[in-house]
Amino acid sequence: MASWKRAVPEHDYGTPEVVSSTFVTLTIDGADVTVPEGTSVMRAAAINGVAIPKLCASEDLEAFGSCRLCLVQIEGRKGFPASCTTEVAEGMVVTTHNPDIAALRRNVMELYISDHPLDCLTCSANGDCELQDMAGAVGLREVRYGYDGANHLDDQADRSGAYFDYDPSKCIVCSRCVRACEEVQGTFALTVDGRGFVSRIAASQDEEFADSECVSCGACVKACPTATLMEKSVIEMGQPENATITTCAYCGVGCSFRAEMQGDQLVRMVPNRDGHANHGHSCVKGRFAFGYSNHPDRITTPMIRETIHEPWKKVDWDTAIKFTANRLKGIQKKFGRRSIGGITSSRCTNEETYLVQKLIRAGFNNNNVDTCARVCHSPTGYGLKTTIGESAGTQAFDSVMKSDAIMVIGSNPTDAHPVFASQMKRRLRQGARLIVLDPRQIDLVDSPHTRADHHLQLRPGTNVAVINALAHAVVDAGLEDSEFIAQRCEDDAFTIWREFIMREENSPEYLEPFTGVPADEIRAAAVTFASEANGAIYYGLGVTEHSQGSTMVMGIANLAMLTGNIGREGVGVNPMRGQNNVQGACDMGSFPHELPGYRHLSDTASRSLFEQEWGVNLDPEPGYRIPNMFDAAVEGSFKALYIQGEDVAQSDPDTQHVTKALSSMECVIVQDLFLNETAKFAHVFLPGSSFLEKDGTFTNAERRISPVRKVMESRSGKADWEITVALSNAMGYPMDYTHPSQIMDEIARLTPTFTGVSYELLEKLGSIQWPCNDAAPEGTPTMHVDEFVRGKGYFAPTPFVETSERSTRKYPLLLTTGRILSQYNVGAQTRRTANMRYHDEDVLEMHPADAETRGIKDGDWVGIKSRAGETVMRAVLSTRVQPGVVYTTFHHPQSGANVVTTDNSDWATNCPEYKVTAVEAYPVSQPSEWQRNFERFTDEQIELLKAAPASHKSS
Amino acid sequence: MTVRVDKLVRMAQQIADNNSFTPDVDVVAAKVADHIQRFWDPRMKQQIIDYARSGEAQLTQVVARAIEQIRVTT
Repeated sequence: MASWKRAVPEHDYGTPEVVSSTFVTLTIDGADVTVPEGTSVMRAAAINGVAIPKLCASEDLEAFGSCRLCLVQIEGRKGFPASCTTEVAEGMVVTTHNPDIAALRRNVMELYISDHPLDCLTCSANGDCELQDMAGAVGLREVRYGYDGANHLDDQADRSGAYFDYDPSKCIVCSRCVRACEEVQGTFALTVDGRGFVSRIAASQDEEFADSECVSCGACVKACPTATLMEKSVIEMGQPENATITTCAYCGVGCSFRAEMQGDQLVRMVPNRDGHANHGHSCVKGRFAFGYSNHPDRITTPMIRETIHEPWKKVDWDTAIKFTANRLKGIQKKFGRRSIGGITSSRCTNEETYLVQKLIRAGFNNNNVDTCARVCHSPTGYGLKTTIGESAGTQAFDSVMKSDAIMVIGSNPTDAHPVFASQMKRRLRQGARLIVLDPRQIDLVDSPHTRADHHLQLRPGTNVAVINALAHAVVDAGLEDSEFIAQRCEDDAFTIWREFIMREENSPEYLEPFTGVPADEIRAAAVTFASEANGAIYYGLGVTEHSQGSTMVMGIANLAMLTGNIGREGVGVNPMRGQNNVQGACDMGSFPHELPGYRHLSDTASRSLFEQEWGVNLDPEPGYRIPNMFDAAVEGSFKALYIQGEDVAQSDPDTQHVTKALSSMECVIVQDLFLNETAKFAHVFLPGSSFLEKDGTFTNAERRISPVRKVMESRSGKADWEITVALSNAMGYPMDYTHPSQIMDEIARLTPTFTGVSYELLEKLGSIQWPCNDAAPEGTPTMHVDEFVRGKGYFAPTPFVETSERSTRKYPLLLTTGRILSQYNVGAQTRRTANMRYHDEDVLEMHPADAETRGIKDGDWVGIKSRAGETVMRAVLSTRVQPGVVYTTFHHPQSGANVVTTDNSDWATNCPEYKVTAVEAYPVSQPSEWQRNFERFTDEQIELLKAAPASHKSS
Repeated sequence: MTVRVDKLVRMAQQIADNNSFTPDVDVVAAKVADHIQRFWDPRMKQQIIDYARSGEAQLTQVVARAIEQIRVTT
């Protein structure tokens, strides 16, 4: 394997890359240079190895021309133009270095340094300071102005931020941070306050960073050329000495990062400018919230116990694996081969999820394998497979930069997929139209320089009614793309669908009483979407986590086909995946009914292929889905579960049913970093490895396979794939992999969409969007270009069926749940970082009108009760939710959000209906009974963990 | 009816409701049967078949007709 180590820092050509089919040739310092038209002189020089001094310029930002350090001379032009703001021209003759230019640059530097502390040796940026570098580059030897005049050297540092400090005494007011906040992040939290000498960088209304609108994405810190904005980790540890390119383990954007290290110590994560998903941008989670990997709560020794009410025994790996295999084999012997199963992790790598499903199908000899996509995007798999033939998004993220109308449905990108949200906002600032379908007023609806043209604030549970009404309105307005439909879609199916959608029951007017959205607004939004050249749809769990999740996904695909918006850049159907490797876990055959590559078990040809490679006969019948497993466990017929990196006791709905199921099993095996909520019900704990401790790949929401690279040794001694290999061997099904690349090679042999994927190709290309095969040797950014994967597109009729979770006199409010920016999923990682400063408890958002009628004030404790259970949280009054709707998150286990959610689920996939639960809310003065029991049980389990002897070896 | 069978009947009815874009019961029943055949564990299939044949089943016409078409292969 090649070495992944990179030098620190990465290159910077000064201004952004320009793409043009027209090239220009000019002369720079006597050498001919050819670059795309529109390129800056600075970049043209840098590409050809000539470094022009600069301070305010960065490849991540548009040229600004304020520092005056990059001055050059150009034949035929007066004076000394700034090379960053001057575009190349044919025949241009540029001089970048001569005595006149050098004198000017030295004068400029002299002025900067006259108001800058000379503490370079003790400065946190020592070794990575552009100001220091430029002083050297221009040959600064004296500062004639002295240091006694007016200056900012005594300005006080703002250390309020969780992850970085702002020290204005070191600021040169180059405004790179301000421009990064605007151009890269799109938050506009920073500004240059004042003019001339007194100008300073200010956050929001000259507030401390912690109190400002800053979202801690780190773009300003990355942009800062000095120590003014600096990571606390660098201030504490010093500069990193090497960097390795890897992939973030948080959301489905899958940002590429440089893990910057001192030996095996991680100093900081810096977004990789060459990252194909993020182009050098990051969010607070990926950039800063990596401290969990070294948290004292990490369990690094395998543990076993006979029952969940006795202390854990710390054992060596061999003992733990043998204990586990014996228990599993014994249970199968007693209760049958189908009495056990497993759950693959969307947080682990492709190779690791592949191995777990292989162990279950070939080693356990059944198909009781599922993944957390069951509770998030399983309807995407069903809906997109049915309509367009492939269970994946159709586009690359970059496609959004060619969209003219963007429809965001049940997705909150600024919180859940923040780096992509920044790109989307960039396109919106360029003028793209925005349509938001969401019961809440998400940030995109109205934020700086971004405002939705239409916010269809529907009632929870009425997505399908709205999508049908939109399609009805498109046809009514004569805006269907008849040519696309005739050429690309099934005739008969379209005829049936068109008759269906044009029924009165699907008109905006008929559906208005159900949806709460004015018919005129629906018709206007339909015209907006269908009239623009390129219309793209982005959707999230607000689509899938409903009793009609699959129907809604099909409705979205119908709308895209109806308007001809599939098969080119700027359009498409784009599911925003929640966790880092949800797409990959699904691709790898984690669902009980299908093999890797989405091939159904009943397909004899596909099954035979795997049987031959794996050397076993496979069960052709689907296995249990996660909720089926729980039901069967409670019933008494499902006895053991191997859970790789998931926390079903917190994340899955109807918590009390889940914990009853876990308590009913004879052997629960949890493989994780921490003693999570599920592990408290476990008999075996197998300590996993963080993404920093292993090699592998993640696949993001745009089907992009990206490398995960080991930068430090596993703290438990085994990567997760090694644990599965050991368990499989102990179960009697041999696995002999010695590196994840061998697993990927096997996946490629068996999966037509992965045929060309290999670690060698990943090293060469950086990342690959599947399908990658002979037809697309370097991957496929846009799918369904000439024809759909299934051949012709299928218009699926999508009848609106009201959910059974309706508001009643007993439960008059509708609870909908979601996520926030600083926490990730069940919070197991982010709760063990300084992100707790941003969100230390889940709260119940409710409309002031609903609160007033119940005697609830902002900050009060409120009980929330549904037919499933009851919990207590603090109330936050907000008009972001409409009257009759309440909202919460599920990042903290003691909040018990999922104690309230029910077993109602999607008709096709059993994806839970997290987004609609009928509840009542009322003032209370103490935690719920469930919370009191939870606290007692948690205390007991922590004591049982503390009571674990240091080590234990058994036969 | 056990709690488990009650859930299975509810799931089958949900599948039927979401495919009821046409009044043709045979068309909808065929879609329901195909869905259950492709996605349900054989034990769940057998449970709902046993229930349908128990003589005490309370099923809509479309679900009853769908269950008649389900086969358990292993």
